[in-house]
Amino acid sequence: MSLADTQPEAAKQADVAVPELLGPWSLMWRKFRRHRVAYVSLWLVGFIYALALFGDFFAPERLDDTNRRGIFAPPQGIHFFVENEDGSSEFQLHAKARKVQVNQSTMRRSYVDVPGKIIPLGFFVEGYDYKLLWLIPSNTHFFGPKDPDDVVYFLGADRLGRDILSRIIIGTKISMSIGLVGVAISLVIGVSLGGLSGYYGGWVDNVIQRLIEFLRSIPTIPLWMGLAAAIPLGWPPLRTYFVVTIIVSMIGWTSLAREVRGKFLSLRSEDFIVAARLDGLSDWEVIRKHMIPSFSSHIIASLTLAVPMMILAETSLSFLGIGLQPPIVSWGTLLKEAQNIRTIIEAPWLLLAPGTMIVVAVLALNFLGDGLRDAADPHAH
Amino acid sequence: MLGFLYRRILYMIPTVFLVSVVTFLIIQLPPGDYLDTLAAELSDQGGLDEATAQALRDQYGLGKPFYVQYYKWITGIIFDWNFGISFEKNVPVNDLIWDRLGWTFGISVLTLLFIWIVALPIGIYSAVRKYSFGDYAATLFGFIGLAVPNFLLALVMMYVAFKYFGQSVGGLVSPQYIGEPWTWDKFVDLLKHIWMPIVVVGTSGAAALIRIMRANLLDELYRPYVVTARAKGMSEFQLLMRYPVRVALNPFVSTIGWILPTLVSGEIIVAVVMNLPTTGPLLLRALLVQDMYLAGSLILIVSLLTVLGTLISDLLLAWIDPRIRYQ
Repeated sequence: MSLADTQPEAAKQADVAVPELLGPWSLMWRKFRRHRVAYVSLWLVGFIYALALFGDFFAPERLDDTNRRGIFAPPQGIHFFVENEDGSSEFQLHAKARKVQVNQSTMRRSYVDVPGKIIPLGFFVEGYDYKLLWLIPSNTHFFGPKDPDDVVYFLGADRLGRDILSRIIIGTKISMSIGLVGVAISLVIGVSLGGLSGYYGGWVDNVIQRLIEFLRSIPTIPLWMGLAAAIPLGWPPLRTYFVVTIIVSMIGWTSLAREVRGKFLSLRSEDFIVAARLDGLSDWEVIRKHMIPSFSSHIIASLTLAVPMMILAETSLSFLGIGLQPPIVSWGTLLKEAQNIRTIIEAPWLLLAPGTMIVVAVLALNFLGDGLRDAADPHAH
Repeated sequence: MLGFLYRRILYMIPTVFLVSVVTFLIIQLPPGDYLDTLAAELSDQGGLDEATAQALRDQYGLGKPFYVQYYKWITGIIFDWNFGISFEKNVPVNDLIWDRLGWTFGISVLTLLFIWIVALPIGIYSAVRKYSFGDYAATLFGFIGLAVPNFLLALVMMYVAFKYFGQSVGGLVSPQYIGEPWTWDKFVDLLKHIWMPIVVVGTSGAAALIRIMRANLLDELYRPYVVTARAKGMSEFQLLMRYPVRVALNPFVSTIGWILPTLVSGEIIVAVVMNLPTTGPLLLRALLVQDMYLAGSLILIVSLLTVLGTLISDLLLAWIDPRIRYQ
């Protein structure tokens, strides 16, 4: 018997308009859309992952192009109108051209505008060559100076004159994917151990619960630091990346396992589960056909809430210098540049730009997770 | 109650054992040992000669199988209170760690107090005045507090303090007081510095606790017993404090268990950023140069004290909440 068969008999005969019957997922979606902050966050998160996927398309400059004339260059503003010679103004996106001045006595550099000279900016401009989605060769960039030889630092530059905006955009790929891969690992461990624990109970449950309690009682940072410090510096970046991800997901799975266990325990005695078992379904079938669908929405919400935790963990480790190492660009390794107070005072954008990006991403994911959780909870008002 | 206490302490023994094994495993993980690091550092000056290396190796049992080294280490701690020696500084670990551990836990406990002082009234307020401006402000603070990583907050605060208040940043006391005996002035100077790590470490915990307190209290506020008390003419404030807040407070105590590990974690990372004389910088350095006994002892003791803190919170909870059955 499918859901559609539950149409009232009277309605069938009298041919009256019956309200459309919605499945649990569309009900959830409907509820979710009403949560406005979460809905906006969904778009924001989508945008950030788009940045991660099409990084090179959005980045105006090449990742490690150094520039001796752009060392610690402060952020440049975008201006909208240029004045023509006859005094009328015309719409033209541009940035002011700058030159470096080095104060000989203090050896400090400062950047001053060159009067009358502008760098025209535009959308879909030509720039460095890259492969879109690792496949399609292209040199079109979303936004940047029209002349590929010009450099504009929208968010400033670091100590080697590298463009911070481009580095943040490229770093998105690593930082955001660590969250996803870490969550995938947590999901597998958490659901299988939590499921075992909740479904079988008894000594299995006891052992797994003690293990979880143990992992949760250890302060995470020293544990992570110890594990991360064990990664040899000479390892290839990809391997370091995966090991860091595994370390970060070590803790994440415990809360998930607890939730799955709780759900299993409460579902085990529900009538429909007992009925399914009496109908002769095997354990695996009961779990797959009846239990997992009834708490999967809840699990998705918990997973969304776990992603930002992992992003923060990666950032902290890389910042300390024991997670990902510099040739890899992530938000954490970018923040590592802003480690001492003197650099921050000289170039606050090194701290503020990647920092804002992290906070925005984490906030958006948190709101999204909260919205999903509320939508998945049938008892919430 | 006594039986419960015994059982909980008995439960702790395997945990403690596991903690020590895991700690030792972790510090053993990196390939090579401190002698390799030392040899690499000395290679510019002609290298470490074989005889010296062998002598050092024998002395510390390096190169022996894992369980031999572990046994040596753990029996040393249990029977002689000897945590081994720090290879890098060449002094017993005992001389290095206790001061710093004291600061770490001192700051963590102060942070816990800070969190309570902040989260309790704000949590109550935002539950009682649900959907008011203050409630939204608290919610917003909560989300941001959870989204900003500790070290980032520390850096931003240091930047603000330096740029706009001209305060010397980093450390727990101003440079001129370091190594001086304790005086009133030094104490005042300490207070001027210590608030910053406390606020930084406490923000995310306070944010989480405000949300918990709000949710707990909202569960209680509309119960029939509250209505009864109100019908009897009790003043609103008295009513609130005497019944629902008291009930909502129980989960508050139980959260010490999970909040303490995060506080200690947070303190360690913030200490690295702010250059505090606590466990953080010492542990980081020890891990980077593979000073394994120092790193191991620090991780071990920090974890043990956290486990102990969790135990105390459980006992406290059992004591204040009669509904918890001792099993």
